[in-house]
Amino acid sequence: MTTFEEILKQCHETRKYRPVVDAIPYAGLIGLDYQRFGHDVIFKLPDNPDNIGNPILPAVHGGVVGGFMEMSAAIHLLMMLDTPAMPKIVDFSLDYLRPVRGGRDTFAECQVIRQGSRVANVIINAWQTKREEAVATARAHFLLAR
Amino acid sequence: MAESNPYLGRAQRFVGALRQCQVLGMKVTEATAEGLTIELPYNESHVGNPTTGVIHGGVLTTLMDTASGTMVINSLPEFELCPTLDLRVDYVRAAEPHESIFAFAEAYRVSRNVVFTRCTVHQGDLDSPVANCVAAFMRIGAHMTPPDFKALVVGDDAFSESNKYKG
Repeated sequence: MTTFEEILKQCHETRKYRPVVDAIPYAGLIGLDYQRFGHDVIFKLPDNPDNIGNPILPAVHGGVVGGFMEMSAAIHLLMMLDTPAMPKIVDFSLDYLRPVRGGRDTFAECQVIRQGSRVANVIINAWQTKREEAVATARAHFLLAR
Repeated sequence: MAESNPYLGRAQRFVGALRQCQVLGMKVTEATAEGLTIELPYNESHVGNPTTGVIHGGVLTTLMDTASGTMVINSLPEFELCPTLDLRVDYVRAAEPHESIFAFAEAYRVSRNVVFTRCTVHQGDLDSPVANCVAAFMRIGAHMTPPDFKALVVGDDAFSESNKYKG
């Protein structure tokens, strides 16, 4: 069986990361997807009834929004820094700005604010219909695998 | 007839109404006026790191957001749906694979507009946490809560009498 590290190594060579995303069970559970635009990456959380929290609104569960943003940041780091293993999350701070409505896709983009030798600081913005109308914004620290 | 422990019934009905919590497999195991615990059994689909089998932080975030939000409901005099304003999580150690995780949540301050919570995720020993979380929830008022959702969660228990305002 191919190990996750081998899959990751191959992806670093081909610059195509689909097999990495496919190998992470939680990414599959919430349905995380991504698309590259040259150097930029936009992550997508497709509309999925299983991700709903509040059934009346309906709204995507806040924890899923957080998990999607956290996972996006980790994969963003993998892509940008060629790390040999999954970065480990240290802390995560999440502000909910607007209801994240069910029946719509959610998107996220990440920015590495500071990369040290062991730790990276990443900010993540998420939106649904308009990029400038963020539904959530987050900040995370990750320990980088070396 | 009112339930013997309205906090537990209310918490179980609330968590039972949240689809993602059922998809993950959460169970409210205890609830009082002071705190509540939700158990989440290990499941391969929760894994975030295929090398180690450790569950993803997002699963912990969902568990802690749920436990804290449910505790908010149990801390208020009347059923109110309170959106999460923010949460801050420290992942202090990786969860041991193949074992359940537990989230214990408390609402340590209930004010007129905001409820403040803290939550600890552990695997049997509260003094040896996997993650810690503090969060704030906005009170939008009982009148803003859809009546059918309220009926679903409150059931037939005596909410207002059993739940004295702690603010």
